[in-house]
Amino acid sequence: MIHSLFLINCSGDIFLEKHWKSVVSQSVCDYFFEAQEKAADVENVPPVISTPHHYLISIYRDKLFFVSVIQTEVPPLFVIEFLHRVADTFQDYFGECSEAAIKDNVVIVYELLEEMLDNGFPLATESNILKELIKPPTILRSVVNSITGSSNVGDTLPTGQLSNIPWRRAGVKYTNNEAYFDVVEEIDAIIDKSGSTVFAEIQGVIDACIKLSGMPDLSLSFMNPRLLDDVSFHPCIRFKRWESERVLSFIPPDGNFRLISYRVSSQNLVAIPVYVKHSISFKENSSCGRFDITIGPKQNMGKTIEGITVTVHMPKVVLNMNLTTTQGSYTFDPVTKVLTWDVGKITPQKLPSLKGLVNLQSGAPKPEENPSLNIQFKIQQLAISGLKVNRLDMYGEKYKPFKGVKYVTKAGKFQEDVGGDFFSIGEYHLTAAHCNSKGRKLQ
Amino acid sequence: MSSNSFSYNEQSGGGEATELGQEATSTISPSGAFGLFSSDLKKNEDLKQMLESNKDSAKLDAMKRIVGMIAKGKNASELFPAVVKNVASKNIEIKKLVYVYLVRYAEEQQDLALLSISTFQRALKDPNQLIRASALRVLSSIRVPIIVPIMMLAIKEASADLSPYVRKNAAHAIQKLYSVVMAFEEVCPDRIDLIHKNYRKLCNLLVDVEEWGQVVIIHMLTRYARTQFVSPWKEGDELEDNEKNFYESDDDQKEKTDKRKKPYTMDPDHRLLIRNTKPLLQSRNAAVVMAVAQLYWHISPKSEAGIISKSLVRLLRSNREVQYIVLQNIATMSIQRKGMFEPYLKSFYVRSTDPTMIKTLKLEILTNLANEANISTLLREFQTYVKSQDKQFAAATIQTIGRCATNILEVTDTCLNGLVCLLSNRDEIVVAESVVVIKKLLQMQPVQHGEIIKHMAKLLDSITVPVARASILWLIGENCERVPKIAPDVLRKMAKSFTSEDDLVKLQILNLGAKLYLTNSKQTKLLTQYILNLGKYDQNYDIRDRTRFIRQLIVPNEKSGALSKYAKKIFLAQKPAPLLESPFKDRDHFQLGTLSHTLNIKATGYLELSNWPEVAPDPSVRNVEVIELAKEWTPAGKAKQENSAKKFYSESEEEGDSSDSSSDSESESGSESGEQGKSGEEGDSNEDSSEDSSSEQDSESGRESGLENKRTAKRNSKAKGKSDSEDGEKENEKSKTSDSSNAESSSIEDSSSDSESESESESESESRKVTQEKEKKTKQGRTPLTKDVSLLDLDDCQYSCICTNKNSRAASSNEWKRTSCPLFLSKTALHFW
Repeated sequence: MIHSLFLINCSGDIFLEKHWKSVVSQSVCDYFFEAQEKAADVENVPPVISTPHHYLISIYRDKLFFVSVIQTEVPPLFVIEFLHRVADTFQDYFGECSEAAIKDNVVIVYELLEEMLDNGFPLATESNILKELIKPPTILRSVVNSITGSSNVGDTLPTGQLSNIPWRRAGVKYTNNEAYFDVVEEIDAIIDKSGSTVFAEIQGVIDACIKLSGMPDLSLSFMNPRLLDDVSFHPCIRFKRWESERVLSFIPPDGNFRLISYRVSSQNLVAIPVYVKHSISFKENSSCGRFDITIGPKQNMGKTIEGITVTVHMPKVVLNMNLTTTQGSYTFDPVTKVLTWDVGKITPQKLPSLKGLVNLQSGAPKPEENPSLNIQFKIQQLAISGLKVNRLDMYGEKYKPFKGVKYVTKAGKFQEDVGGDFFSIGEYHLTAAHCNSKGRKLQ
Repeated sequence: MSSNSFSYNEQSGGGEATELGQEATSTISPSGAFGLFSSDLKKNEDLKQMLESNKDSAKLDAMKRIVGMIAKGKNASELFPAVVKNVASKNIEIKKLVYVYLVRYAEEQQDLALLSISTFQRALKDPNQLIRASALRVLSSIRVPIIVPIMMLAIKEASADLSPYVRKNAAHAIQKLYSVVMAFEEVCPDRIDLIHKNYRKLCNLLVDVEEWGQVVIIHMLTRYARTQFVSPWKEGDELEDNEKNFYESDDDQKEKTDKRKKPYTMDPDHRLLIRNTKPLLQSRNAAVVMAVAQLYWHISPKSEAGIISKSLVRLLRSNREVQYIVLQNIATMSIQRKGMFEPYLKSFYVRSTDPTMIKTLKLEILTNLANEANISTLLREFQTYVKSQDKQFAAATIQTIGRCATNILEVTDTCLNGLVCLLSNRDEIVVAESVVVIKKLLQMQPVQHGEIIKHMAKLLDSITVPVARASILWLIGENCERVPKIAPDVLRKMAKSFTSEDDLVKLQILNLGAKLYLTNSKQTKLLTQYILNLGKYDQNYDIRDRTRFIRQLIVPNEKSGALSKYAKKIFLAQKPAPLLESPFKDRDHFQLGTLSHTLNIKATGYLELSNWPEVAPDPSVRNVEVIELAKEWTPAGKAKQENSAKKFYSESEEEGDSSDSSSDSESESGSESGEQGKSGEEGDSNEDSSEDSSSEQDSESGRESGLENKRTAKRNSKAKGKSDSEDGEKENEKSKTSDSSNAESSSIEDSSSDSESESESESESESRKVTQEKEKKTKQGRTPLTKDVSLLDLDDCQYSCICTNKNSRAASSNEWKRTSCPLFLSKTALHFW
């Protein structure tokens, strides 16, 4: 299916190539470069490109392009998903998925690619299995290897591959047996000028960090499982159990993994924890405007909202901004025209605000559109949807594990638009707010 | 340059050295070919020495550097002899790297590559299964035609290996073998008739197959279902009209199912597929979700396809590439079945942070979903988009508004007014786009819009975008009788600026001139002639051409023919309004989720999704039909032989099965009797093919004996005794009643044997084992057939390897070795050598 892979950096150098079938010349990438030139920015390079003899399917990750060469019909998502899996694996192995890291570890990269894809068809993509086949590089290991002459290639077959549960390796041993779950929720919201919600939904994930010996069989139950509207599961979860009892029953992989991701979309359930008062105005025929925003808490369930950041993409005609803030600090980048206000925590007694003057290019017409605000924040120990873990039970092993759950709410894509009129109805439109609540609780 | 050679020295060597190396290369490389080569030689010399040293560490270093070179795309082929020697290295890491090298260069250095073969053959017998597997993988990846026989031998051995991991690799290897042997052979599309026996098994195991396999299987089963089941939409045809209401008002699925059941009953197999794929909508793998979605779209009753929208919308949270593909597919779906995505309208609202390509796709979907009920909300949303700083997107929004205006009559005027307001927008692209869209809208409703046209005429002074200018000129020309005062004045202005206009605009000036000449020649005769003179000497020959044409047509002279009488009719004819259509309109003939759909061109190797067959949904009829299909596909002479062979093997398969469950010794006897039967059968089929018409009786009797054989075997079996023989009788009856060839009866047997496995598969764990065993058997049964059959087998074997790990292999592996492999291999060999 996948013929070849080229890794290309931002300046257009092909710094790695790997072929699973006959060698495809680098020149095939010229079509990709052509498409890249046509696109205004990297984000707009089409993921699927057709060339006379091949098809190129690419992803853009961490400032690198992964360009794969395809010769026949294949579901494009299949390739895209796989390429992301490759990038995830690099991230996992080298701590970052960057050109430098890949070049430094080119041998491991090659070995990984060889294992992940055989004849163009995915072979081993589970990180647990790959790590047994090819050990990730650590400073200690490379020192040991150079002294003892041992290698970082495993010489036995990973046990999981042959068992019924390919995601877990056998013979796991820990002295402290622990199981942690992070319930992370993000609020995506668009809020209009008047402060009412145009669109809001909660995207949640439960990330697990499981360090348990042997073959534990876990079941995780919720106080209010009905909240979970649309769920996607890690392959380890027994789907039938969930369908019948709404209990997550699974034999976990070893280490960190994403257990489920879910969505809570019905509008009235979504509480919006912050509000923003703002007025941005530009005077006609003058080269300056006024800017004033204030942030306050709303429906925050008695928790502190922290880590607030407001980002505003100012119109192109803005030259500079002279602002004063009552809290936190702000930066304005005159090149990208991005205003970032790092607010920090909200204390209800004194609401943070940012006001001042905006300098415009002289002679330029005033901006027709007011910018939208993007807001980031974080609430610890709260899952904004109200999702609560009830209990975690373990079967199959005798020891008593240490269990913990943490809740975080974050702003996801939280946008407010400060718009003008078009069809005579004015509206202001906040694109996405992300809430994320974290807390750790013992059972 | 020399520093570069050390750049891939050691991971611990750190990034700095590497980067230095890289820089050195990039700066030096343009400095002349000679320098480059000499240094390459030197470097390779030193690599050769390292490879020949006694120390593993030096060899390893050298290999690492060579792999680095391969990764960079540099030529390291001249090191081939030195590298190949190390293939026998004891160090597993060196070995692996040598494998990497071999796979890359063996094709170019075929003779030398043969040197390594004996080592591989040894490695194939290595006690370590990992080494066996990787040796097989490399061997099969080498792509040297001469070694194909060796490969086949190796695959044969590996497929009987005790380690499932090795077997899995063998399955992959077989594919590769084929890609070498039949470089041009497409993956045979008629393999669909080979899925039958595995159909239920595939459906039942789907959830447990690893995710990449799931995608492939689901796509395959979708195509299969479209050839084997009748359309569940049949009766939906009546409902089609009120389908909209269906989705909008009624969410009660049960009611619908009840309604549907009366005129149409879904084949249980069809239902099985739909039911068993549903859990996969919950997969974390976007490709799997998309695959299930397209399966539901293409084969489930329309009323049930609704459940996929939720999962697809979920994928929109993923990264931009996934979003792109998913949105494209939703765009296609939303044209045909609006109702599916209407509840998720707001999920398609555009965010300012989206890349433009995502924004335009979302816009496309919003337009498709627009209806009387939601249009006002949407227009409000569009109004913010128009002001976006992303002007390309703003322009797309204006197009969208135009489309909404034509689709939904209630808002046409509102939209038109809004667009007119936009004409005073400060941004030229926005204005230009508005002009173009207004032009189209006005064309659609030829009511009095004098005011708007006047307004646009004024714009000509300011706007510079050629398309917009051309649009305005065309509009004025078309309506020149409605704006009699303005039109000549516009022509005057245009005559002045003619030479500096864009070609597009020039053509429209000529048109305007011609139209005015015909309607108002008193005022514009001279002007038009002036313009025609300018056009006559224009640099662009299209314009010169047009000028000549227009002059001949409108200016009367002695040479002008009959046409000029009709000039006015020609120029001022009622023109059909353009249709503002979705660019996704024509994509629906591609299977969703495919590359072809994304590109909107037929990709190489794309298999057309066939239409539902017209045959009644009676399962036995379906089986017959299946065989007929198979006949069509296979060359005429071959067909019979194949079918008879099929019959025989499916019988022996059942024997094998029943005996297997009782004891080993019996399995031995069972397979023996199978072999006996085989010879008889072959003779039979020979007769069949030679004296086609008259041999019916003979073949009948031959079959009879085969069946009897089988029944005796069954009586022996303790486990299944009764039910089986009953089955056999049924089969017998069926085969008698159906006045047909061996082919049919055999297929019936197949299906019944399948249904056995199906009924058994009630309890989960057991069913798996049983089906797996079954699968094995079917494999054995089928393998010796023809080349096509064995091809599917490879697939099959691959999947089975993937999902049947705990398979007990005791007796069956022996059988496998003895019966199927040699036959299969010899057949393929015969076929290709």
